[in-house]
Amino acid sequence: VGPGRGRRQGRAGPGRAGADTVSAPAQGGGSAVIDMENMDDTSGSSFEDMGEMHQRMKEEEEEEADGEAGAGEEEDGEFLGMKGLRGQLGRQVADQMWQVGKRQASRAFSLYANIDILRPYFDVEPVQVRARLLESMIPVKMINFPQKIAGELYGPLMLVFTLVAILLHGMKTSDTIIREGTLMGTAIGTCFGYWLGVSSFMYFLAYLCNAQITMVQMLSLLGYGLFGHCITLFVTYNIHFHSLFYIFWLVVGGLSTLRMVAVLVSRTVGHTQRLILCGTLAALHMLFLLYLHFAYHKVVEGILDTLEGPNMPPFQRVARDIPVVSNAVLNTTAKAIALTL
Amino acid sequence: FPGLADVSISQDIPVEGEITVPVGSHSPDEDYSTLDEPVKDTIMRDLKAVGKKFVHVMYPRKSSALLRDWDLWGPLVLCVSLALMLQGGSADSKDDGGPQFAEVFVIIWFGAVVITLNSKLLGGTISFFQSLCVLGYCVMPLTVAMLVCRLVLLAGAGTISFIIRLIVVGAMFGWSTLASTAFLADSQPPNRKALVVYPIFLFYFVISWMILTFTPQ
Repeated sequence: VGPGRGRRQGRAGPGRAGADTVSAPAQGGGSAVIDMENMDDTSGSSFEDMGEMHQRMKEEEEEEADGEAGAGEEEDGEFLGMKGLRGQLGRQVADQMWQVGKRQASRAFSLYANIDILRPYFDVEPVQVRARLLESMIPVKMINFPQKIAGELYGPLMLVFTLVAILLHGMKTSDTIIREGTLMGTAIGTCFGYWLGVSSFMYFLAYLCNAQITMVQMLSLLGYGLFGHCITLFVTYNIHFHSLFYIFWLVVGGLSTLRMVAVLVSRTVGHTQRLILCGTLAALHMLFLLYLHFAYHKVVEGILDTLEGPNMPPFQRVARDIPVVSNAVLNTTAKAIALTL
Repeated sequence: FPGLADVSISQDIPVEGEITVPVGSHSPDEDYSTLDEPVKDTIMRDLKAVGKKFVHVMYPRKSSALLRDWDLWGPLVLCVSLALMLQGGSADSKDDGGPQFAEVFVIIWFGAVVITLNSKLLGGTISFFQSLCVLGYCVMPLTVAMLVCRLVLLAGAGTISFIIRLIVVGAMFGWSTLASTAFLADSQPPNRKALVVYPIFLFYFVISWMILTFTPQ
């Protein structure tokens, strides 16, 4: 090809006029004859013929180049042994792709899975947590001055988990035979749903009522308010008297609600706004405690009823005495099993 | 060699690179050596590592072996066996126990992840998988408690068996919490140990609750 090319260029260089006709026979063997025939043919324009000639030239060059390259590769493959040119190229490409992929993955991971965003909210000492837990039960007196709320998430998160554990413990002391799995999901869903959902709702209301509070502070406030719930439920799940529950509900629940309300009031301006915010928060907080004590047991009993079938007498909703309840449950369960067998 | 000018080798593959690769590093030799060993050796090595970690959990001392070479085989085996043993604990005969296995599995792993994230956020120096490894291995006493409870329940389901089960589960719960605290609390700043211990306490409490309230059909 080299000498062939040289010959062609040599021919085309000096004289342009004779280039078309003179250089034609110097190309590949077969094409020269054909081109000469085309040249002599006066039917079509020589323009198309020139185009065809150039196309054939290009194809021949490509074939020869491929042939050379193939020969070159084979030669190199034999020269380099087992790895070969293609093998080495392949390995290099794979290596590069792996590195690029790894870099991209680690960048994406460090960008999205960065838990350091939450780190400042967990920067507490145990004494601080204890102090805040106790403070959450003490209503503040100064409502004309915005009260400080610590934007911390460790205490509220632990309190929510404690509430879940207490709810589950309550099921155990009533000695009911239940599917733990469903109750676990319900307990976690209820507690987290309350904490996150009511916080978001109150934050939205606070935004409407122009209160000076951020989302993290709202989460923190409501979370620490659950301390009263935890105490109440822990006591009343072990000592089952409705009157005791009502006393605890009013006193403990009321204290924590008063604290939250006072803090919110100190951060809001205007009577109507204060009324809206505090009324909503107080209502939701106290009703949640009522729900946890009464209606949550109804959820449990509902599951128990569906498990035991419709021909069992419904649970009597009286002040519970544990031995009586557990005996009744055991008796009804035994009856159900005897009936199904 | 004018012919070689047309050979299509990529420009940035130096010939020297090809020569220096086998001489340079030792790690390809190591890789090849563990690839070429018989399968039995690999399995025995992993089993020995898992067994050593079980021993560390049973006698919790402040050793770093559990932390250094973490693996999740032990936690997986324990979690699966615990979830299998906790099946069939409902009064409903129609319940095929499917959701229960998934619930136990999810609770154990989700709880472990939450505790790990919490300890990392509190400024812990332990890595994510190391913490998962420790928490998973410390479920072992509770698995043993589950086994004992099942055996006790075979004998009967009265008040005495309940008291026995309560004592056994309580003891194992304390052991689990102490074992995991011995490993995890060291990685925290000294004044924040209580903040890390409390969620671990809650986590094992929930698992103990599941074990204690288990009654077979």
